Amino acid sequence: MSDENILVVEDLKKYYPINKSLFGKPQSFVKAVDGVSFSIKKGTTMGLVGESGCGKTTVGRTILRLHEVTGGTVLFEGKDLSKISSGKLRKMRPQLQMIFQDPYSSLSPRMPIGEIIGEAVKVHKIVPRSEYREYILQVMQDCGLQPQWYSRYPHEFSGGQRQRICIARSVALKPKLIICDEPVSALDVSIQAQIINLMKDLQTQFGYTYLFISHDLSVVEHISDEVGVMYLGNMVEYGSKTSIFKNPLHPYTKALMSAVPMPDPDYKMNRIILKGDIPSPANPPSGCKFRTRCEHCMEICANKVPEFREIEPGHRVACHLYNDKESTTK
Amino acid sequence: MAENEKKQAATETYRVISPSRMVAKRFFRSKLSIVGLCMLLFVFLFSFVGPIIVKYTWGYGQTEVFYIPRVSTMYSVQSFDAPDGNTYEFYDESLSTVNFKAPPSAEHWLGTDTSGMDIFVRLMYGGRISLLLSFLVIVMETLLGVFFGGLAGYFGKWVDQIIMRVVDVFYCLPGLPILLILSATISSIESIPAEHRIYYVMAFLTLIGWAGTARLVRGQILMLREQEYMMAAEATGLPAWRKIFKHLIPNVMPQLIVSMTLGLGGIILYESTLSYLGLGVPFPNAAWGSMIALADPSKGQEILANYPNMWVPAGILIIIAVLGFNFVGDGLRDAFDPKARK
Amino acid sequence: MALFKKKKIQSIGDSQYLTLREERKIAKENAKITKAYEKRKNRTKVPESEYLTEMRDPKNVVEFDNLHTYFYTDVGVSKAVNGVSFDIPEGSIVGVVGESGCGKSVTSLSLMQLVQAPQGQIVEGQIRYKATNGKCYDIAKMPRNEMLHIRGKEISMIFQEPMTSLNPVFTIGAQLDEVVLLHEPGTTKEQAKARSLEMLKLVGIAMCEKVYDSYPHELSGGMRQRVMIAMSLSCNPRLIIADEPTTALDVTIQAQILDLLRDLRHKIQGSIMLITHDLGVIAEMADYVVVMYAGRIVEKGTVREIFHTPKHPYTIGLMKSKPSVNKLVERLYSIPGQVPNPINMPKHCYYKNRCEMCQECCEGDFPELMQFSETHFAACHLYRDNKDLVIYDSLTTGAESEKAEVAHE
Repeated sequence: MSDENILVVEDLKKYYPINKSLFGKPQSFVKAVDGVSFSIKKGTTMGLVGESGCGKTTVGRTILRLHEVTGGTVLFEGKDLSKISSGKLRKMRPQLQMIFQDPYSSLSPRMPIGEIIGEAVKVHKIVPRSEYREYILQVMQDCGLQPQWYSRYPHEFSGGQRQRICIARSVALKPKLIICDEPVSALDVSIQAQIINLMKDLQTQFGYTYLFISHDLSVVEHISDEVGVMYLGNMVEYGSKTSIFKNPLHPYTKALMSAVPMPDPDYKMNRIILKGDIPSPANPPSGCKFRTRCEHCMEICANKVPEFREIEPGHRVACHLYNDKESTTK
Repeated sequence: MAENEKKQAATETYRVISPSRMVAKRFFRSKLSIVGLCMLLFVFLFSFVGPIIVKYTWGYGQTEVFYIPRVSTMYSVQSFDAPDGNTYEFYDESLSTVNFKAPPSAEHWLGTDTSGMDIFVRLMYGGRISLLLSFLVIVMETLLGVFFGGLAGYFGKWVDQIIMRVVDVFYCLPGLPILLILSATISSIESIPAEHRIYYVMAFLTLIGWAGTARLVRGQILMLREQEYMMAAEATGLPAWRKIFKHLIPNVMPQLIVSMTLGLGGIILYESTLSYLGLGVPFPNAAWGSMIALADPSKGQEILANYPNMWVPAGILIIIAVLGFNFVGDGLRDAFDPKARK
Repeated sequence: MALFKKKKIQSIGDSQYLTLREERKIAKENAKITKAYEKRKNRTKVPESEYLTEMRDPKNVVEFDNLHTYFYTDVGVSKAVNGVSFDIPEGSIVGVVGESGCGKSVTSLSLMQLVQAPQGQIVEGQIRYKATNGKCYDIAKMPRNEMLHIRGKEISMIFQEPMTSLNPVFTIGAQLDEVVLLHEPGTTKEQAKARSLEMLKLVGIAMCEKVYDSYPHELSGGMRQRVMIAMSLSCNPRLIIADEPTTALDVTIQAQILDLLRDLRHKIQGSIMLITHDLGVIAEMADYVVVMYAGRIVEKGTVREIFHTPKHPYTIGLMKSKPSVNKLVERLYSIPGQVPNPINMPKHCYYKNRCEMCQECCEGDFPELMQFSETHFAACHLYRDNKDLVIYDSLTTGAESEKAEVAHE
C-alpha cells in the first residue's frame, strides 16, 4: 500500500493569456507550465528544482487549484482535482496543504497565531470542539512553539519561528500531501537546518508526502527521494536522488550542479557557465527551449521538441543527445 | 542549568511595544494631532456635558424664551360710572417684554437672539445635533460602503462591474444641489411632520457619501487579496465569508478609520449648510447653521453688522469641530502607516 | 485558562510588552543622545586635523578599530556592532560572514556613513581609510559634507536587491552618467557617455548601446546587477562593498556574477568587501574571512585557515549545518536557539546559550581574540589552555539536543 501513487500529474498546462484582441480572444500566451508529468509515492518526498521563471511555483499552486488549470489532469488519490466542483474541492482542502515561501507575508498581521493555526481546524471540524484547545497546543509543541505564544501576533516573531507557525497551520489539518514552496529560502542557514530537520521529523512521525520546491540544490538533495528539474515550463529531467546527483544527463542539470559554490577553497571547479539569460516565457525558442544556452546544441534541437523519455530505469530525460540510447520506453 | 538556558534561547522572543501602543505613540508624536484631539474633546464636552450642567445649575433648555421681567404692577388708571349704577375700574396690565437681542451679560454669556433664547445654551444643543448626526451618517455610510465595496473587491468580474457602475453614478451626482432639492421637497410635503425631517436628512447624506467609501474599500481589498496570507486562507479551505470578514476587513480597518474621521468634518459642513437654509431641524430646535442664518443679509444688515455675538460663535464652533476632525484624521493616517519613519 | 484569551492581548503586567513609564524614559534618553551626535555631524566648518590620522599598516585600505555602532530605538539601545576590528588590505577580497542580525550590513553602512540617522550612531571606535590623495581619514569623525567626496567616488557599494536599487523612471544611461558627472566635475556629456559604455562593456553586457537606452524594468535580475556593478566601478573606486550581491539571483546567474567579480579584481586595482551568509561564495571568492556573530567578530583569518582549521564553535556549526551537494548526512547539524536579542546583551560570551562546548569559564567575561597564527584569530575560552585543540568532530550532539528540547516541553 505504501507504493501507491498519492499524486499523479499528467501533462499539466497553465497558460496566461496576453494581448487580448478586441473581442477578448487572447492572441498569445505566457506558457508558465507547458506539459509537466510526474507522480509521487505516498510517504516520500519529491524535489522540484529550477531557477526563477521556470514555473515550479506555478506547478505547486496549480496542483492545489489556487490557479485554474488550463490543461492536463491532476489525480489525487484517484480523484481529478482539476475537474471537481469548488464546493467539493473546499472540503478536500485539508488533505492538500501548502507552506509558502515568505514567512513574513503568509501570516495575517492582525490575528493572533493561535487563531491562525486553529481557524481551519474549526471550520473543517477536524477535532471535536471539546478537544480543540489541547489539539492546537499539541500541534504547536510538535512544531517547536511554546504554548504561551498562543495569543501573540506574528510581527513579534522571528523568521524561523514564523515559518514554524506556517508549518503548524498546515500540519493541524492532518494533511496527506504537503507542497512546500521554497520554505527555507528566506531563512538563515542555521534556521534552515532547524526547519528542515523539523520537516523530516514530522514526515517520519506522521507519514506526510512532500513536494519540495526549491532552487537550492543542496537542500533538495538532502530532503528528497526523487528529483525533477524544470526549465521554462518543461520538466527536463526526472529521477531518483542518487541518479540525478551522481549522473546528471541533461546539459542544464549539469550546469546547475556545477554552478553551486562549494564551501571548500581548494575545490577545483569545472564550472559550466551558461551563456545568456533565460529567454522570456512568452516567446520561448522553438524546438528544445534550452537550445539558446546549450553547449551541445545540434541542428535537430531547433526543429523538434525532445521527448521526455526513460533512459535508465526510473531516470527520464528530454534531450536529443540521448535519442539513440533507449533502454525502456515510457 | 545549561539545558534551561538553551531552552530559554530557543524560546525567547523580543520584547516589543504592544501594537496598539505603537499606533498611539506615533499618533501623539505629531503636535497637530494633539491639538486636534483637544479641539474635539472641547467640542464634545461642550455639546454633551454642557446641557446637563446647564440644566442642573441654571435650569433651562434650548427653547427657553427669556423675558425682561415686568417691574410695573397693576394699578388703576381711571374709574367710570356705568349706566347700570356700578363703578368699574380700568386696569393696565403690563406684560413682560421678550428680552430679545440682549447683549452678553453675566446671566446670558453670549446674549440672546431675535427670539429671546439664550445663545450659549443653544450652541450646546446645536452641537449635539451636528455631532450625533455626523456620527450616525458616517456609521451608516461605512456599513453600506464596506458591504458593497467588499463584495465588489472580493468577487470581481461582473459583480464588481455592476457595483462599480452604480458607484460611478452616485459619484457623479452633485452633492449639494441634490441635498437642497431633496430637503426642500421633504419640507414641502405636509404629511411628514417637522420632527422627522432630520431622519430624512440623515438618509440623504448617507446616500451621497457611501460611494466614496465603497470605492476605497474595494481598492484596498483588491490590493490585499493578492497577499500570500489570502492564498494561504484559500489553501486551508476557508469559506468565503470567513476570508472576507476575518482576514480582509480587519486589514482594511486602518484606512477606513482614517477616511471616516476625515469624512466627519465634511458631514458637519453639509448639515450646517442645510440648516442655514432652513431645511434641517425645525425651529425652535437649535442648530449651528440656523444660528448663523440669523445674520442672513437678505433680511437686513442689522444682525450681521451690529450683533456679532449671535452668529460668530456658531461659525467658530463649526471651524473648531471640522478642523479638529481633520487634524485627528491626518494624525491617524500617519500613525497607522507602518512604513512611515519617525 | 486565562492564558488563552483569543482577542485581548495582555498589555499590562505581561513582561512581553514595555510599560508606558519605561517607554517614556527610553524615548527621553534617546532624544538627548541622538541630538548631541547629530549636531556634531552637521557642522560645516571643521578643521581637517580633527579627522586626519595615521594607518597602522600602510598596506591596508581600511582599518576598523573597535567600532561600536548603536541604534537608539523605541525599545532600547540596540548594539548592532559591538567592538569590531579588522583590516582590508589592498587588492584583496575580504568576506564578512554571518547570519541576519549579526551586524555585517551595519558595519559596511558605518564605513559609508549611511547608517539610518538619527537612530543609528557610531558611538566609539575608528574607521581609518586611506584616500587616493594619500591622506588617511577617520570616517567615524568626518562631518557629513566631507564624506560626500569619498562616497561613490572612492568607496562604492553594490546592494542586495537589484530589482529595487535602480530608479525606475530614468534610463540606465542617465543613471550611469549621473555618477560620473557628479564626482568628476568638468566632464562633458559625451565623455560621461563614453565612460558609461566602457563600463557596460567591462561588466560583460553584450549590447551596450541598447542597454544604455533601456529602462530598468526591461532588464532581468542578472543584467541589473551587472549594471549596478558597472555603476560602482565608474569612478575607479579603491574599495567596493558588495552587500549580498547574489542572494537575490538564481544559481546560474550567481555563477556568472561571481566570475565577473573575480575577473574585475585583476583589472581594477581595488579591494572588495564581500558580505554574505553563503559559505560557498566565500570559499570561492575571498582571501580573508571575518565571521561575525551578534555584533562581534568571533573568528577571522585567511580563507584556508577558516575552512580547514576552524576554531570557534559557531564557525564549525555554520559549516556543518549547510548541506552540500554530494555530501549526504542523515540529519543536518542544527545550531539550537536563535540569535540573541540585540538589546540588553549579556556580559558573557554571546554564543553561550547555543554552544555545545560551553564550560564554567564561559560564565565570565567575553573572551578576548586569541591569536593562532599571523592572521588567524578566534574568541573562545576553549583555547585558553590548549591552542591546538580540535573540536570539529565533537560537535555532533547538536541534532540530538534539539530533538530533546522540542519534545521536552
